[in-house]
Amino acid sequence: MKISTLIAGLLLATSLPAGAAGPADFLQRFEGEARSADPGFAASPARGRDWFAAPHGQDWRCTSCHTADPGKSGRHKVTGKAIEPMAPAVNPERLTSERSVAKWFRRNCRDVVGRECTAAEKADVVAYLIQIGQ
Amino acid sequence: MHTMNRSFRQHMALTLAAMWITVLPAGAAWADDDDFRGAPLDPLYLEECGACHVAFPPALLSQRSWGAVADGLADHFGTDASLDPETLQTIRRYLDDNAGRRRSDGADGRPLLRITDTRWFRKEHRPGEHGLRSDTFSRPEVGSAANCAACHRGAEEGRYGEREIRIPTPGSAR
Repeated sequence: MKISTLIAGLLLATSLPAGAAGPADFLQRFEGEARSADPGFAASPARGRDWFAAPHGQDWRCTSCHTADPGKSGRHKVTGKAIEPMAPAVNPERLTSERSVAKWFRRNCRDVVGRECTAAEKADVVAYLIQIGQ
Repeated sequence: MHTMNRSFRQHMALTLAAMWITVLPAGAAWADDDDFRGAPLDPLYLEECGACHVAFPPALLSQRSWGAVADGLADHFGTDASLDPETLQTIRRYLDDNAGRRRSDGADGRPLLRITDTRWFRKEHRPGEHGLRSDTFSRPEVGSAANCAACHRGAEEGRYGEREIRIPTPGSAR
């Protein structure tokens, strides 16, 4: 490898802001985490869609605020505040921030499932969101 | 002409900035009637606390009330609104610095958690005031008294001046 290519590569890698990531990175990470418990695991958009719409023993489902079409805007069930679409194909800001992804999965899973989500659940939901509008 | 103007402008800008800094911290107050003149909302506060609802002006609750709200974010009116410790600390400090000076305690002496429960809010938003009716807040166009932006069209940016109030007409729900 040429030194100049190496330097260019290093510059590119270090110029990315800390915590920057894309939807595919999150999918890969959650899938990887899920595989450490279940080596045969593969994320499934269809399973993610069903899980997104299903009740999980609490008052709210994902769809309560994000609607059954995450390619469209949602509305907070209590406050009525608009929620931007969840699908990254429609809203490029989605699934790009470590901090934001960690925060919202933590909070919303506690509201919807009553606990934090497993890596497998997150992988399926991310796979589902990624393929909307593709 | 150009150069003279430039230094004059710089001077004026500095003077105005100094006035802004001197006046604002003390100036964040609700007039007794309706107009609000407050500091612009902090960007982190706006991002974090404005995600699910309007980022309410800090001056509308006391330090004690905001402290209680910040302590209870893991169960924030029934939902998990917890923050990472660093963000929480920054927002706590902002609320502490910009909280209202009037007390916002309930009849039981405990700090109120909802702005809509304060005496000030109830007085300003009682039926008959500013064209409000007893059913205004429950109309589908409004939904709840916490939905400031339904009538205060500048609320998302922290503006509550009387000129920006427009109560939606019944039946205009999306």
